[in-house]
Amino acid sequence: MSKYLPIRLKKLPISFLLDVRALLVFVIFSFLTLIVIILSIGMGEMNILPVDVIRALFGAGEDMHAVVIQTFRLPRIIIGFIVGASLAISGAIMQGVIRNPLASPDIIGITAGAGAAVVTFLTFFLDEKDNSLTVSIGWLPVAAFMGATLMALLIYGLAWNKGVSPIRLVLVGVGLDAAMQAVITVMMIFGPLILATQEKIWLTGSVYGSTWQNVWTLLPWFCFFLPLMFVFARNLNIQELGDDLAKGAGTAVQRQRFILMLVSTALAGGAVAFAGGIGFVGLLAPHMARQLVGSAFGALLPVSGLIGGLIVLLADLIARTAFSPLDIPAGVFTASIGAPYFIYLLYKNRNM
Amino acid sequence: MPALETKFLTLSYGSDLIIDQLNLAIPKEKITVLIGSNGCGKSTLLRSLARLLKPQSGSIILDGYEMTKLPTKEIAKKLAILPQGPTAPEGLTVLQLVKQGRYPYQNWLKQWSEEDEQMVYRALEATQMKSLAERPIDSLSGGQRQRAWIAMTLAQGTDTILLDEPTTYLDMSHQVEILDLLFGLNRTEKRTIVMVLHDLNLACRYADQIIAVQNKSIFAQGKPEDIVSKEMIRAVFGMECEIAVDPLFGTPLCIPYGKGRYVKGTTRHATPVETT
Repeated sequence: MSKYLPIRLKKLPISFLLDVRALLVFVIFSFLTLIVIILSIGMGEMNILPVDVIRALFGAGEDMHAVVIQTFRLPRIIIGFIVGASLAISGAIMQGVIRNPLASPDIIGITAGAGAAVVTFLTFFLDEKDNSLTVSIGWLPVAAFMGATLMALLIYGLAWNKGVSPIRLVLVGVGLDAAMQAVITVMMIFGPLILATQEKIWLTGSVYGSTWQNVWTLLPWFCFFLPLMFVFARNLNIQELGDDLAKGAGTAVQRQRFILMLVSTALAGGAVAFAGGIGFVGLLAPHMARQLVGSAFGALLPVSGLIGGLIVLLADLIARTAFSPLDIPAGVFTASIGAPYFIYLLYKNRNM
Repeated sequence: MPALETKFLTLSYGSDLIIDQLNLAIPKEKITVLIGSNGCGKSTLLRSLARLLKPQSGSIILDGYEMTKLPTKEIAKKLAILPQGPTAPEGLTVLQLVKQGRYPYQNWLKQWSEEDEQMVYRALEATQMKSLAERPIDSLSGGQRQRAWIAMTLAQGTDTILLDEPTTYLDMSHQVEILDLLFGLNRTEKRTIVMVLHDLNLACRYADQIIAVQNKSIFAQGKPEDIVSKEMIRAVFGMECEIAVDPLFGTPLCIPYGKGRYVKGTTRHATPVETT
């Protein structure tokens, strides 16, 4: 058992079994993320050398660099990372609760719920005279978040039958996802044409135009739920063995399931509020993480988060540099890797 | 005092009555095997004994306490259950699985105490899974896999272990291996074992007590050699058979009638016709 390191505090009743390999993977990906962040800050309309990036970050570089980095690139990159990490952790939790590797917030309809809410919001508050919104655009994330949360509650409520079973959650979720896609289509077809492009970009998912205000809203939210994942990891582990075993080992299965779905929704909701419907990250990242560190959630959740963050960072880097001066929604690139990967997963799991 | 007791226990699935007003006592430190035909409710009964199914009425008493009044984590320290055909997530290793048997003793700060480590270690040792501890469950053979799950229930450190068909899908040598393991645990560590088995002959060999479930109630209960008879088999399984004596253990051996190939020189037997 050399792969594991027991950690015990002498005076306090605190003890853990540390998976050394997982820790190593986590450290490597942390470094990788840091490197991508620095490279990513430097790349764009104006290229800045990594050295100058680091200098500027510590407030020692040229003023011009500082402005570009501080006002435009840094908030966008931070939002991109948090969004990716949130979606990935949310997806990992959902895959554990539903006991199906094909689950994720965008597949059971949470993202679509947010999308329907956003499209409705834009259509409803459009001032037809001058094509501007009658309320502040700052309410858009609120609408998205509420859409996601209401959707999750609806799925949960409809799946309820003396408790919620994983299979009912998936079936109800996939069904409601289709219904929400229909709502979105109807709204876009019958709504004003002027909104269609904006809506389509939102639905594809983009971190374009992220501000520090966005960062200061999303970051505390993310940081609140982050430590919770270590609290709930062991509950997820045991839920994955099936309801009977989890109950037999003394878990309050239904209560834990509700809390886990709540955390998963909160993270996904926060992400879609600021980046729209970036797809496949919640599905992809936990899978890659599972290949690297196995199925135990104590290691799987943090590594998924890192990988998810990295995926969105890279997707957005390509999105804003590859076709410059065009700024393509990052969701285009997560989907173009995600869709083939999803098909591969379906193929791999065809016997399940 | 029995390890488990039921009083006027009634179980149902929706409107289907499964067990009706059952009084039952499971003796401590013995092996009890539930037998009965498919769908007779023996698995349902076992699940309810582990509080996985809420009784419609009546009560279950564990170590003298009414079960519904005990916190679920306290029950988990006294009684473990291994359901039928459990599945582990892809890539989960034996150690990661067995560790989870310690769930009722842990909280989110205390996740790996010295006692946890010792108990997991002992469970791996007892099931001879130590050398396979780092292997993913899905890479193991059926017998090894079942030993890993048993190790998890052992790590739970309970006096009573319930198992629902622990030998399903295993070939004969692995069936014997698993039952030998459980028998050893019972005889050396005095653990109370309650299980559902399909193989009547193995049930007779390992059980101190057999409970035959039939028609929402218990048809017979007792030592195999006292209760297993042609009449009992006919009533419980609706099958005609002869009872012989196991040449190795002296326990009852059930030989069913039916069609089949006769070896030359054997007297042919027609299936007896019921005369009721």
